[in-house]
Amino acid sequence: MSGPTASTTADGSRLHLQHGPIDLIIEAWGDATDVADAYRRAWVRFQPLLDELVEELPTLRRPLDDEMPGPASPVGRRMAAAVRPFGDRFITPMAAVAGAVADEICAAMVAGGDLRRVYVNDGGDIALHLSPGESFDVGLVPVPNRPALLGKVAVRAHEPIRGVATSGRHGRSFSLGIADAVTVLAADAAGADAAATVIANAVDLPGHPAVRRVPASDLEPDSDLGSRLITAEVGPLGAGEVAQALAAGVEEAERLRADGLLAAAVLCLDDQVAAVASPVLASAVGG
Amino acid sequence: MTEPATDTVVCDACPIRCVIKPGRTGSCDRYGNIDGVLARMDPLLVLDRTREQGGALVPFASREGDWEGDLVLTGEMFVTGAGSGTTYPDYKPAPFIVSSTIAGVDMVTVVTEAIFSYCGVDVKIDTDRHVGAERQIVRADGEAVGHVTTGQYGSQMLSLGGVNHLTGGTKHEGVVTMETLLALCSGGSVELSVDEGSQLVLQAGQPPVINGVVEERMRVGCGSATIGMFAQQWYEHVDEVVVVDDHITGVLSEHQAGRYLDIPATGIKVKGRRSTPGRYFNVANAGTGWGGTDIEDPLTIIERFDPAVARPGLTLLMIGTTGEHHAYFVLDDELRPVPAPLPDVLRLSVARIRENCEPAMTSVLFMAGAGGSLRAGATVNPVALTRSVNQTLTRVTCGGAPVYIWPGGGITFMVDVMLVPPGAFGYVPTPALVAPLEFTLRRDDYAALGGHMEAIVPMDEILARPDVRYS
Repeated sequence: MSGPTASTTADGSRLHLQHGPIDLIIEAWGDATDVADAYRRAWVRFQPLLDELVEELPTLRRPLDDEMPGPASPVGRRMAAAVRPFGDRFITPMAAVAGAVADEICAAMVAGGDLRRVYVNDGGDIALHLSPGESFDVGLVPVPNRPALLGKVAVRAHEPIRGVATSGRHGRSFSLGIADAVTVLAADAAGADAAATVIANAVDLPGHPAVRRVPASDLEPDSDLGSRLITAEVGPLGAGEVAQALAAGVEEAERLRADGLLAAAVLCLDDQVAAVASPVLASAVGG
Repeated sequence: MTEPATDTVVCDACPIRCVIKPGRTGSCDRYGNIDGVLARMDPLLVLDRTREQGGALVPFASREGDWEGDLVLTGEMFVTGAGSGTTYPDYKPAPFIVSSTIAGVDMVTVVTEAIFSYCGVDVKIDTDRHVGAERQIVRADGEAVGHVTTGQYGSQMLSLGGVNHLTGGTKHEGVVTMETLLALCSGGSVELSVDEGSQLVLQAGQPPVINGVVEERMRVGCGSATIGMFAQQWYEHVDEVVVVDDHITGVLSEHQAGRYLDIPATGIKVKGRRSTPGRYFNVANAGTGWGGTDIEDPLTIIERFDPAVARPGLTLLMIGTTGEHHAYFVLDDELRPVPAPLPDVLRLSVARIRENCEPAMTSVLFMAGAGGSLRAGATVNPVALTRSVNQTLTRVTCGGAPVYIWPGGGITFMVDVMLVPPGAFGYVPTPALVAPLEFTLRRDDYAALGGHMEAIVPMDEILARPDVRYS
């Protein structure tokens, strides 16, 4: 069995942490000693993290149940907190695992250090730290396996955005919907992760013959989705059908925005893109 | 699609232990189930993508070839492309020969994953405790996986693995040997037993555990050396000091260092064979007690005090070579040593001995030889690569870690497993170990030795590829 590993790029600027399915690319800006200390804190926090999650995997793979004790590990609690507002839909804490890991490591790095900026990128789910006056340019790639920049969002320190997450059919996780990608900007990465999952599930054409669905457990016996039908394959769709599926997702995204669960969302299916954003961000996301 | 449950595999690459159905991968996408067998996926995946995109592959050998019994597996070699040893310290397979510019010289790195039947590990166990006599068999799970070899400074040495245990014995012996090597190389812990010796729990970079006891410190020196180092600090604070050591037990008043300080004789008679004054061999048997002996009560090595020289009230410090064991005595009227509390003034020297003992570690060096078919993946004229390595024109690294290349034939190297990125070692059922190996050389040298020039891809082109994960 392989343990956690840490390496840096040759110039020492970026830190790569990996353990099992967790791959983090991390970069921090600040005084060299502060950055080095932050990388050490990240590594210290990272090492036991997967074991903590594995310890309570059965709990994390079940929808929250107020009758039962919830997750106890710090990351598990972040996951539960992120999915709790979506309780009326089917969702398990696993929907926020990548974002919650990014948040946890980012928090460990920022605690006790003076850093200007930090990003912790957990396979596309990104936790950010910005000190006053700082900003990050976040590029949006609509289809992960066909990288091309759709546009850019400048996340500025005064905006309530510290998490970016993308969900869809092409990632490692199964989707109940057919979206190629849904990217969400939210207050933290765990919340963005959960919201992106929920919106990607909503981008759908129920009963459409071009969409082949199989029970998740047929593919992965331990999937948190159990025997729910996940999207295995999407055949050719008409432009009207694509727009219809996206509209269902936009409707869900608008609800989440009204509930204060996200700041912006970009939804992609085929060659169509839809966006939902707070007024202040609308122009940026539209670009 | 309902496969029989027997076709699923449980991955043991990480604590999640994904249950993986045939044709699927685990949650990391790195390991998958191919026809009911857990397999590392990256090389195949990236290779497939390269094929799809019409990329050139380095011709090597048929993957379908019957390799059972081959010393070096054919067809499993991938020329890979994350640029280990040049740009990034981590190893990730990708089928490329990579060029990059280092210090203005156009460099070529051939990154491979090599299968080693000729391989083993040398384990250095920092301890004076007896783990077993030299040449005794070392066993894992009851199978012989190696032997105790020549002891070194403050350490016991094991030589494990090698082709005779991997493929020369029973299948089970080979598998257990391979698992032992893989665990040690991957930073895991192994339980070993030495015939007529100790039970060991060993893990690279960790203190050894001998018969259930964690070894904390290496000895500061042999008993005689310890006398020499600390005589000045004991002088005038204690009448006699015996440093108990399995190798050479030192006696302060008789030792050259004591004579130099005019320390008077105490009449002590120590068991064992006197080598030179104040230095005794064989005061006891080897063991896991005081100073690597089998001594639990240190007074057992003192025959008597000569009444013609000794006097009541004479003080005696006995200490092991790590400072871990120590005792203080005062002679009574019958010249018998009676335990007494250690005076504060001696406490410092005891602490100092302990402080000067380095933390005891287990260190593991992986040693393996690269065979002919491996080299063919790098060049059309394999021996040219060997010569180039021997002339140090080609730098060899293992997962980016520096290696020591043995002089003589073949490319036989040693590497500290702690420097190799975790997860870099793997296995094939031959049984044999898989380890990364990179050859880095100047582009013109590579051309001169018949390299696959057509397959060279510039580093920045690799890094720009969307399908190559970097780390």
